[in-house]
Amino acid sequence: MIFEALQYGFMQKALLTGLVTGISCSLLGVFLILRKHALIGDGISHISFGGVAAGILFGIMPFVGALVFSIIGALVINNLREKGKLHGDASIGIVSHSALGLGIFIASIAGGFNVDILSYLFGSILAIASEEVILSSILALVVILFIVVFYHDLFYMTFDEESAKVSGISVSKLNIAMVILTAITVVSSMRVVGLMLASAFIILPASSALQLKMGFKKTLIYSGLISAFSVTLGLILSYNYNWAPSGTIILINTLVFISTYFISRINSPE
Amino acid sequence: MDQTIVEIKKMNYKFGSTLALSDISLEIKKGDFLAIIGQNGSGKTTLLKLILGLYESEKSQISLFGENLTEFNSWNKIGYVPQKAIHFENNFPATVEEVVEMGLLSGKKNPKIITKEDRVKIANALKEVDMLKYKNRRIGNLSGGQQQRVLIAKALVSHPEILFLDEPTTGVDTETQCKFYELLKNLNSKGITIVLISHDIGRITKYVTKIASLNQRLEFYGSHEEFCAWDKKHSHAKSHTHNLCPNL
Ligand SMILES: Nc1ncnc2c1ncn2[C@@H]1O[C@H](COP(=O)(O)OP(=O)(O)OP(=O)(O)O)[C@@H](O)[C@H]1O
Ligand SMILES: [Mg+2]
Repeated sequence: MIFEALQYGFMQKALLTGLVTGISCSLLGVFLILRKHALIGDGISHISFGGVAAGILFGIMPFVGALVFSIIGALVINNLREKGKLHGDASIGIVSHSALGLGIFIASIAGGFNVDILSYLFGSILAIASEEVILSSILALVVILFIVVFYHDLFYMTFDEESAKVSGISVSKLNIAMVILTAITVVSSMRVVGLMLASAFIILPASSALQLKMGFKKTLIYSGLISAFSVTLGLILSYNYNWAPSGTIILINTLVFISTYFISRINSPE
Repeated sequence: MDQTIVEIKKMNYKFGSTLALSDISLEIKKGDFLAIIGQNGSGKTTLLKLILGLYESEKSQISLFGENLTEFNSWNKIGYVPQKAIHFENNFPATVEEVVEMGLLSGKKNPKIITKEDRVKIANALKEVDMLKYKNRRIGNLSGGQQQRVLIAKALVSHPEILFLDEPTTGVDTETQCKFYELLKNLNSKGITIVLISHDIGRITKYVTKIASLNQRLEFYGSHEEFCAWDKKHSHAKSHTHNLCPNL
């Protein structure tokens, strides 16, 4: 049944996009959770919605609208957090809900919630267009490459930001890079799981991997593997049973999380 | 041997409107083992963070290795063990080896590749603090004192010329503390300059070469002997420095 599903071009495109975006989300997720910025993905997906709506209204590719909105929004969040002395969560809430309000407003001008907008909210990976495959994959690969190249610096500042600074790492630049990467990641996974579930795509595999109580590098690798597994299984199941791929992928992630949760409790009862 | 490593000239520092440090002038020379003492809130941590460039302002009054802090970038010469070093969560996913690796690789260019020689250096640093057998354990699964040793190995692994430690023995048992001070003394005798913030003045006096007593101002700065003479004069006014120099 696996091979049968994979004969089709649309399934191959879906699997490719799903795997690269899933892996990039899950790697980033480990850093975001440990730095207590887990909710930034949620905030940025709200912001992206504003961009999608604006894109549709002005006849630009929604993908581009989402990318512009989310990168600007992410930078504003970072700036408010660092200079405005707002708590991390408050700055996310303010920016993301303003953008969400704007998105709903624009969508209503543009003629309400049509199928197009809904497909960005809930994902439509089986109907993904070739240029979106390419765009999503390139964006996700950029994120993965960045994480690989800056692995040690990112690890260090996640462990202890002040010590990282003292050792000469430019923490504030990397902080900016991290929020931009998060914006890119959310937009790249928009077609796969949809904006409603993009944050889950970031948080769930990483949370499962963190339950396994390993070292840092192994946690990252397992997070990527768990995500790849969920995407592959989710796509095959949704193809065979005609389920919604985004929901199926996330539910598999949830089941993996529940399993790792109990595995870790059994291994170290407290 | 008389190279000046840290130099501070007439520095003040405020948090908003509260003065934390006032009129601090200080020179730390190569080979010093300096203890910074003072009550809670006297500005010890603030002084250290200023020296390490963690606060943007006041950088112009501070020099490291003869270079103004605004231009300084040889951070690999500096090792730092922060106060409350155990502020990461106990379930932080890092092995002992990975933590020490951080200290070693931070001086390299990205992407930072770990070599065979690096592994040897990491093993040696862990051996030095007697933690090699735990290298694959998660840092959160160690006791507080063991974690502290790992963080010292992390600070030492890049062979810094000066080591800053902010109350490194908080939560460490007496026996381990003594071993730890011996370790610092040993490092110091190999030429590493050490700056140690401590409340444990009674125990450290026999190890250190200089003492700085802070109370917003630098109340005292000098050798151990001078400190005892100064302390005798002032001890009637203070309680926290009682009984520090029983032998003199
Ligand atoms: N981030 C901050 N914002 C505002 N005030 C601060 C900040 N950090 C420290 N202070 C204040 O500056 C003063 C010096 O604090 P510092 O942490 O340097 O003291 P310390 O000597 O290290 O104390 P301890 O022995 O408790 O570690 C204190 O009055 C403290 O309340
Ligand atoms: Mg302090």
